[in-house]
Amino acid sequence: MTLEIVLVVAGALFSIGLFGVLARRNIIAVIMSLELMFNGVLVAAIGFSRFTVPAALVGASGDITESAVRASLTGHAFAVFVISIAAAETALALALVFAFYRAKQSVEITDASEMKN
Amino acid sequence: MTAQDYWALSPVIAMAALALVLLSADALLAERMFGGKRYGSKRALSWIAVIGLAVPAFLALNLWFEWFGESTSEAVVYGTFTADRFALFFQFLIIGATGVVILASVPYLQQFRDSLGEFFTLLLTAAAGMMLLVGASELITIYVALETTALPAVALAALRRDGFSIEAGAKFLILSALSTALLLFGLVFLYGYTGATRIDEIVARMGALPFESGVPFGSLAVMLSVLLIVAGFGFKMAIAPWHMWVPDVYQGSPTPVAAFLSVASKASAFAVLMRLLYSFAGFDPVAQDWQILFALIATASMTVGNLMALSQTNVKRLLAYSTIAQAGYIMVGFAAVSVASSSDSASAGPQSIMYYLAGYAFTNLAVFLAFAAIVHRTGNDTIAGLSGLLKRSPVLAILMVIGLLSLLGMPPTVGFMAKAVIFSTAVDQGLIWLAVVAVVNTVVAAYYYLRVVGVIMFGESDDADPIKPGAGELAAVSIGVAGALVFGIVPWFILELVDKSLTIV
Repeated sequence: MTLEIVLVVAGALFSIGLFGVLARRNIIAVIMSLELMFNGVLVAAIGFSRFTVPAALVGASGDITESAVRASLTGHAFAVFVISIAAAETALALALVFAFYRAKQSVEITDASEMKN
Repeated sequence: MTAQDYWALSPVIAMAALALVLLSADALLAERMFGGKRYGSKRALSWIAVIGLAVPAFLALNLWFEWFGESTSEAVVYGTFTADRFALFFQFLIIGATGVVILASVPYLQQFRDSLGEFFTLLLTAAAGMMLLVGASELITIYVALETTALPAVALAALRRDGFSIEAGAKFLILSALSTALLLFGLVFLYGYTGATRIDEIVARMGALPFESGVPFGSLAVMLSVLLIVAGFGFKMAIAPWHMWVPDVYQGSPTPVAAFLSVASKASAFAVLMRLLYSFAGFDPVAQDWQILFALIATASMTVGNLMALSQTNVKRLLAYSTIAQAGYIMVGFAAVSVASSSDSASAGPQSIMYYLAGYAFTNLAVFLAFAAIVHRTGNDTIAGLSGLLKRSPVLAILMVIGLLSLLGMPPTVGFMAKAVIFSTAVDQGLIWLAVVAVVNTVVAAYYYLRVVGVIMFGESDDADPIKPGAGELAAVSIGVAGALVFGIVPWFILELVDKSLTIV
């Protein structure tokens, strides 16, 4: 396994999610697509922390320095924060979907077009 | 964490604590003290909120003047947060905007019925997030602070729970989450490329990494992350081409909330972008790339905002497009500073941005809150609904006209001085074409601002009932207009303050 493969997977997840956000009409599907985008970010963050100990960090002899280890663990910390905040975001999103359904008897994004000039 | 960490974070902590105090106060006050009459507590809650804001304000003043506690201008909490004067300048702006919005929203609160405590809690939590954001000096902190700002703002937009409000909330949430995902992808690439998340470490590593001369920003990875990060912040700052959500959200959300979003949310996003930009300003080879990027965004934002505003009949949508155009003028300053930072006249550019942001905050709050007071009583948010306002409420009419003229850039208001300063920095940096585009845009903008002014001053209305604004609303609008006039007539007062706040250059 190499970094390239991980990044391709991450990019693919991110792009599929982006397509879903732009193309789907059902708000729940849009929220799921957003989750997919966040998961793409997560895969990239973990992949970077697993594979890249940037050249500037590794000692001349190839030994991995302490700061390099710290830098690679940062990716995991990044992922944990992304997961927890994305969960909060989804909770808010689902609450809004409920309210949206109550107001309009529909969860289609195309019904969110009352405001036109 | 050391004591110094707590001192540096104290205004943010106080703001977050105030949010919790109001949530508890809502639960306690509502039932007992007012004999079960829930709405009776609304004034009490507003007063607790406004007076409580003195605590974070005092703690921020303490950090500015270093009355007690240790000096905190360096990065604290493992380098993730910097309470320097640059951050404090924006924290004052955010605290002020929050206070003014709360003052003005007292009569409006009836619309929130059973979610009164939530209104204050969400507003103050969003403010705490913004105060964290303006001092964040590490990527994960920036992300967390940004979300602490965005999620309460979404809930605030949907708080009225009618069709418009829910619709505004849903659109805001989806586009805000989308922009956060783009931003995150950019931040992760920046981390992957340099192996660091602290901005100072990133800058240091960038210098050591290979630099390709033909590629914008020196490397494709950096270019990708810069574009994604600018796109992510572009949504928050409401600049074209990432402005689609702005008119709908401003129209659908409660007007005081729209005022808060258009000022505090925007200013904090600009602040964090400035901090990022100045950290990278040392790289002279890429200065040209920053300049082109920001000049293009500025042109797009000014032109789209002003042209779209021309055909609006709804005042809130018109003001929304006006804020997009205003963000474009501020981006002119960004385009100018990216080269300026390498020369002697470095301080003129960032000064002009901060001066513009301060002036814009006061002016925009005045216009939005004056309009909120009017629309709350007339229920008509079209331009025609403002006709005959001069007869119905002379005070509000005159205050709103001064605010609109300041947005347009008429002397002696701050709008004129700020535009003059920001456009002249663009000329100084050889961006004459950009300054010309900006001036042409100002002329285009005159059409729609003056149309509203004309309707207010000379329009005829069948409805001649006087509109009587409450004391809180009048005070809030007056503060905004006073700021617009004072900063315009004696600009050196605020320019001196801005000078002292430039700790990031």
